[in-house]
Amino acid sequence: MAITPNPYKTTGALGWIDDRFPLTKMWKEHLSEYYAPKNFNFWYFFGSLALLVLVNQLLTGIFLTMHYKPGAETAFDSVEYIMRDVPWGNVIRYMHSTGASAFFVVVFLHMFRGLMYGSYQKPRELIWVFGALIFLVLMAEAFCGYVLPWGNMSYWGAAVIINLFGTIPFIGPDLVTWIQGDFVPSDATLNRLFSIHVIALPFVLVGLVVAHILALHEVGSNNPDGVEIKKKKDPATGIPLDGIPFHPYYTVKDMVGVAGFLIIFCAVLFFMPDGGGYFLEAPNFTPASQTNTPEHITPAWYFGTYYAMLRATPSFAGTQIWGVIVMGAAVVILFFVPWLDRSKVKSIRYKGALSKIALTIFAINFVILNYYGLQPPSDTVQLISQIGTILYFAFFLLMPWYSKIDKTKPVPERVTE
Amino acid sequence: MSNEGVDGNRRRFLTTATSVVGAAGAAAVAWPFLASLKPSARAKALGAPVIADLSTLEPGMRATYLWRGQPIWVVRRTPEMLAGLDKVTGDLVDPDSKVGQQPKYITDKSRALKPEYMVMKGVCTHLGCSPILRTDHPAPEIAANWQGGFFCPCHGSKFDLAGRVYKGVPAPTNIVVPPHRYETDTVVVIGEDPKTA
Amino acid sequence: MTPRSNRTMTRLITRLAQVSAQSALLAAAALLPQAVSANTGVALQHFSANSGNLPSAQRGARNFMAYCSGCHSLKYLRYERMGEDLNIPPDVLKKNLMFTSDKLGDQIKIAMPAASGDWFGRVPPDLSLETRARGADWVYTYLQSFYLDDSRPMGVNNTVLAGASMPHVLWELQGWQKKAEHAAEGEHGGGHHEGSGFEQVSKGSLTPAEYQAFVGDLVNFLDYASEPGKQARISTGLKVMLYLFVLLGLTYLLKKEFWRDIH
Repeated sequence: MAITPNPYKTTGALGWIDDRFPLTKMWKEHLSEYYAPKNFNFWYFFGSLALLVLVNQLLTGIFLTMHYKPGAETAFDSVEYIMRDVPWGNVIRYMHSTGASAFFVVVFLHMFRGLMYGSYQKPRELIWVFGALIFLVLMAEAFCGYVLPWGNMSYWGAAVIINLFGTIPFIGPDLVTWIQGDFVPSDATLNRLFSIHVIALPFVLVGLVVAHILALHEVGSNNPDGVEIKKKKDPATGIPLDGIPFHPYYTVKDMVGVAGFLIIFCAVLFFMPDGGGYFLEAPNFTPASQTNTPEHITPAWYFGTYYAMLRATPSFAGTQIWGVIVMGAAVVILFFVPWLDRSKVKSIRYKGALSKIALTIFAINFVILNYYGLQPPSDTVQLISQIGTILYFAFFLLMPWYSKIDKTKPVPERVTE
Repeated sequence: MSNEGVDGNRRRFLTTATSVVGAAGAAAVAWPFLASLKPSARAKALGAPVIADLSTLEPGMRATYLWRGQPIWVVRRTPEMLAGLDKVTGDLVDPDSKVGQQPKYITDKSRALKPEYMVMKGVCTHLGCSPILRTDHPAPEIAANWQGGFFCPCHGSKFDLAGRVYKGVPAPTNIVVPPHRYETDTVVVIGEDPKTA
Repeated sequence: MTPRSNRTMTRLITRLAQVSAQSALLAAAALLPQAVSANTGVALQHFSANSGNLPSAQRGARNFMAYCSGCHSLKYLRYERMGEDLNIPPDVLKKNLMFTSDKLGDQIKIAMPAASGDWFGRVPPDLSLETRARGADWVYTYLQSFYLDDSRPMGVNNTVLAGASMPHVLWELQGWQKKAEHAAEGEHGGGHHEGSGFEQVSKGSLTPAEYQAFVGDLVNFLDYASEPGKQARISTGLKVMLYLFVLLGLTYLLKKEFWRDIH
């Protein structure tokens, strides 16, 4: 049976492949003929950087898995085995641990970019929803990974987080036992978290990232002006007037971002992999002990904001579940942002003072909450965390109101330089 | 977009330069990953040289040691056994040990630093089974002119008491002699080359 | 490149690397945990551990084997690795630093099995990761903060770790000290007389300054033991930074060149 020749008229080996597989098609659709707005700024580096960090995590993760031994008796020793006995093992391990923190830095900035420029607005709701799912899975993935070294922070971190499920009325205690597969976090717990960390969640994560990018390339990228470049096309070619091919223009630009990012990343990796005690915590260099809780137990730094909200919520009606609900809601509310924003414009550039103030307060508040989430509990910490929690939710819950009444400026027809 | 004022040479140069530098970087990143698959310090420590005291080994007997996870045999050969080596040369593939199955410093035709002690890997060069020591002779069921040696139960390969392989068997080469040196007359360090004085 | 310009370059890169690392963690640096003993709240003396100071780490290794290794193992560190990293030849290692039954590739375990003897109430901890788990400051201060206390079974206590079960192994070197009458809790704990919160009761074989240097050597060695690959990692890092700055320059020029198309 004759094969229908591919429409790209490629010949030779490439032609042979193109007749059977959409290689040139994909190259064109996603790179050389994917038209992105020409006015991307600094904030648009973080998408490609997130992808870079994901690849870093997968690659280093594969190699760490070759040497790591899950199991309560073996995990801690095997991490030190990697750090000392495996050639280059310490560098690979630090790439992974620094990568975990870098992932959250990059993703936080990437999400902030989306909030700033309204990248979630119609028709990009699904991109945002996929993104929020990625964030959720990433947090689960990070938690599981954090437990694997089976240091004392790993152990008690696992205990605290798993015990959150214990606050659920009626089934809570049984649920905790079921999740742990034991009466405390143990060998069984460690092994299932390992399986989830190296198999289950990476699959989900990669799948969601593909969906995120496919959705993006279906509708096209937003930009700092929030102008739809597809509305103004060259009548002759049908190419958006403000669009430029992703390759080579954004590939070369993203390379600058990658080089700049790697300088910071490698500076941490090689010169201060502990990250001042935030990326690798001191108590985690002590093996897990079922009898000694570290004096000051905190989650990994990137959970600080949400942990602050958990602690800020008082228990009442005889249950502590409210804190868990608040913390969960703080993540879940992200999914609704595309429908909470009622503004006529996308970008913060053309929104009014109300939106600008709201976003600024939100960003500052996020950082403050993160800081206080990592501090030992005290009345001050409690009070600030409570105010912060209210501000966090106010940003989202009041959005339908302030985004609607806010005065907007006229959006230009074409993107600005 | 327009192509006016484009300096093609400069663009080509920068593209090439960045590609080359980038590729070099990628190769450099690959190195730690590939190197991490080499034997670790633990594997090396477990594979460290083994010290064997041969003072209690009786003539005609064999002792087995474990080095890097493989059996190492030391056979204390009697003068009669050593004499037997010459009687079978015609039946062997490589009687003069021309193939590099032994360290360079082992030049004696008996394939040993001291002919009395034969140090060899207990591993058949065919598919890695461990041959059986048969010092009894004659043994016509093994070979017509059997002077004692090793018989591999897996595929019937035959070796003499210097580990030299017989003709017409599956094993292609003589049995490997590991690096070793004598600390004293009867203490041998398996896995270390002699110190060149 | 001449050696001189090479050195200047290295220094420049180091500086740049430091600056980048510092700026990257500016926020985190502001949040650094306060150097206070979590157990007693005593302020810790700062010590910038430097495992790259080879003579000091070598002395520390020798002293560790002489004074500490009877009870404390370094179970993740191998003699051979220590010899290579600290530039100690194998014969010296074997003769002076190793237990006779140990092989070069062995990890540094203690001579007595853990089960034997009653120790001093608890099994002495392995110290492979001590400076990472507790911090160099903690170990540095701890070793200088033993004082006479009749209420303890061994007659000594420690201001950094109240109720420490470890006896003052180094008393012959430091001598004995007691808590100064006027010293308030939480004051500086250390070997210095002025403001140290301690009063010397009897002299040791070392002067206070010598003892402090002795402890510094030990801490440098433990810092080495906590991550033997540290110095190699840092020197790799410098090369990587040099490469990345070249890459950044190139990609920047490349980007500018291509973006001349865009108006």
